[in-house]
Amino acid sequence: MSGAEILIESLKKEGVKHIFGYPGGVVLNIFDSLYDNKEVQLILTRHEQGAVHAADGYARASGKVGVALVTSGPGATNTITGIATASMDSIPLIVFSGQVPTMLIGNDAFQEADIVGISRPCTKYNYLIKDVKDLSRIVKEAFYLAREGRPGPVLIDLPKDVTVSKAEFTWPEIDIRSYKPTYEGNKWMITQAAHLIAKSKKAVIVAGGGVILSGGSKELRELAEYAEVPVTMTLMGLGSFPGTHALSLGMLGMHGTYYANKAVQGADLLIAIGMRFDDRVTGKIDAFAPEAKIIHIDIDPTSIRKNVRVDVPIVGDVKRVLTVLNKVLKEEVKEQWGEVRKAWLRQINEWRQERPMTYTYRDEVIKPQFVVEKIYELTKGDAIISTEVGQNQMWTAQFYKFDKPRTLLTSGGLGTMGYGFPAAIGAQFAHPNKLVIDIAGDGSIQMNIQELATAVINNLPVKVAILNNHYLGMVRQWQELFFNERYSYSHLDVVPDFVKVAEAYGAVGFRATKPSEVEPVLKEAFKIKKTVFMDFIIDWKEKVYPMVPAGAAIDQMMFEEQKEKPEKKLKAVK
Amino acid sequence: MRHTISLLVENKFGVLSRIAGLFSGRGYNIESLSVGETIDPQISVMTIVTSGDDQIIEQITKQLNKLIDVIKVVDMTELDHVEREMVLIKVAPRQEDKAEVLRLTEIFRGRVVDSGQKTYTIEVTGDEKKIEAIVELLKPMGIKEFVRTGKIAIAREGIKK
Repeated sequence: MSGAEILIESLKKEGVKHIFGYPGGVVLNIFDSLYDNKEVQLILTRHEQGAVHAADGYARASGKVGVALVTSGPGATNTITGIATASMDSIPLIVFSGQVPTMLIGNDAFQEADIVGISRPCTKYNYLIKDVKDLSRIVKEAFYLAREGRPGPVLIDLPKDVTVSKAEFTWPEIDIRSYKPTYEGNKWMITQAAHLIAKSKKAVIVAGGGVILSGGSKELRELAEYAEVPVTMTLMGLGSFPGTHALSLGMLGMHGTYYANKAVQGADLLIAIGMRFDDRVTGKIDAFAPEAKIIHIDIDPTSIRKNVRVDVPIVGDVKRVLTVLNKVLKEEVKEQWGEVRKAWLRQINEWRQERPMTYTYRDEVIKPQFVVEKIYELTKGDAIISTEVGQNQMWTAQFYKFDKPRTLLTSGGLGTMGYGFPAAIGAQFAHPNKLVIDIAGDGSIQMNIQELATAVINNLPVKVAILNNHYLGMVRQWQELFFNERYSYSHLDVVPDFVKVAEAYGAVGFRATKPSEVEPVLKEAFKIKKTVFMDFIIDWKEKVYPMVPAGAAIDQMMFEEQKEKPEKKLKAVK
Repeated sequence: MRHTISLLVENKFGVLSRIAGLFSGRGYNIESLSVGETIDPQISVMTIVTSGDDQIIEQITKQLNKLIDVIKVVDMTELDHVEREMVLIKVAPRQEDKAEVLRLTEIFRGRVVDSGQKTYTIEVTGDEKKIEAIVELLKPMGIKEFVRTGKIAIAREGIKK
């Protein structure tokens, strides 16, 4: 078998059905092997960045390892943003990049780039294959590394001659002696945690993306319900616990809910699960959760005590640790929480009523939050939502209630504009019958708008809801609030006619300029089995609130000023 | 505080740059670094001297452990251990200082490994303090060139703090 055939055979062994990619000179042999292959389908994107984001969206929506295949040089360097996006959010991904023939490496050959060197800081691991005999083993190792422990992207650089050379296909057992993740939490630590939970009067769970990655949502819910502990989530954690649950406080942090931030700041115990205390979550670190003891459960030891002090560190897989913790709580602690919990939950409900998640509805102009609420209402939460980055992302996080894991695809760590649309395409391949919607801004949709061609040619019914304010809205918001309204290069004077752009690609375009048009446009879009762009012309003045200014404690929140007289106040959908 | 960290790593190309990249990417210092093969040619041992408060050192050791090619990380500073470093010093003493240079070399149990018309090259092995001491003493005699290996360290048998 040739190296190219060994590669395809290895992918089959790993159960890969879809690869997202883009051809080029040095990967022609691999593409030739894909030509009449029935089991592994390559989806041709229109940009390598789109291919990696699509593989990432596929991975997030399905829980499988996403795969991308690109050529050397510019093909490889174009994947970097996608790889870094996956790396920051711990998404399992394999990127195969072509490379110039081994004998030319280092010669500044045509389309040569040291992609192993370039991708080193943003991959979990990477390989340059020099001998075809190593190929299948390395592919197997790469899938193992991408998937196991804290997941992440792995890059494999394939010189052209390796894809041509012949070898026997083998599928060896692998053993990476230097990589042995800890899955089981330390029992003594878990018992300590259980006693802390039993003793605490004002506990809060902070759930992160790790809960989703480990498949621990059921165990999390069991813990929260049994110990009667309210749950707040990081952006990456949305969906790990039902957003509609009475114990859900929604998202915390910079644009978190008032009641989540108040609860964290007033808590005597934080149970941090599969999250890493990002600065967008903690705000001013010295003032974060000042009265709380902290239990931190994470599979990555480096996450623990990186940013905040921790009283009970538990290294392990979230699902397994929570299973044991729940058991210990029920069998050994058997606390009757009763009155203690009631007082804390009452306090939280007071905060909830004091400042619920709201916005000011207006009849004459579309509020972006209204669009997100309508999408939630019409889908009843049964959809996969991706977002771009900026205001569109925060409004989605605030006003769409994610009930199930793997229903929100968003670039949390890196904050990559242009992520949402290709990610939605990837997710649609993983779930052909699900409604997949990218909630975008007019700025970020233009960062990977070429993928319209990918969506159309594959008959993907992906929907894109563009919250169009003719601004890079989040930048504009900061300029308005912190830079004396000096809107330096954040106004997108010329925004294309998105309806016509959609039509030019063979997709369907709709536009809504009034609130009364929002629901009909969404209904129509959800009905047709085609790629649809929906251009919602929104109130450009609208800002994301609450907001914690950079460097402030998370309970130092800014709220919408009620200068204009509200005509009709709508409450957030519960 | 200063820490001497000893690593067992897979002897593969790119490992050094992964480790160097970790330090530069996260803003940690490397004061010295030495690498060599172990008895098992597939494994290298690396000794890194770095500094930082307890939290930083904890992060450094955890981050090193997280690298796929790192097999084992030991913070030697927490153990009873032996440290050594070697220097080669090329001195160009005046005629009247030559005897003193040779006398100092002997006191420090060094060796003259090369001598020419104008210079002696002296080899000295020892811990950091010893190296610093001989360098201080030889400075007034006129050091022309100076190379040091960086520290290597090994734990003493069975005694743990």
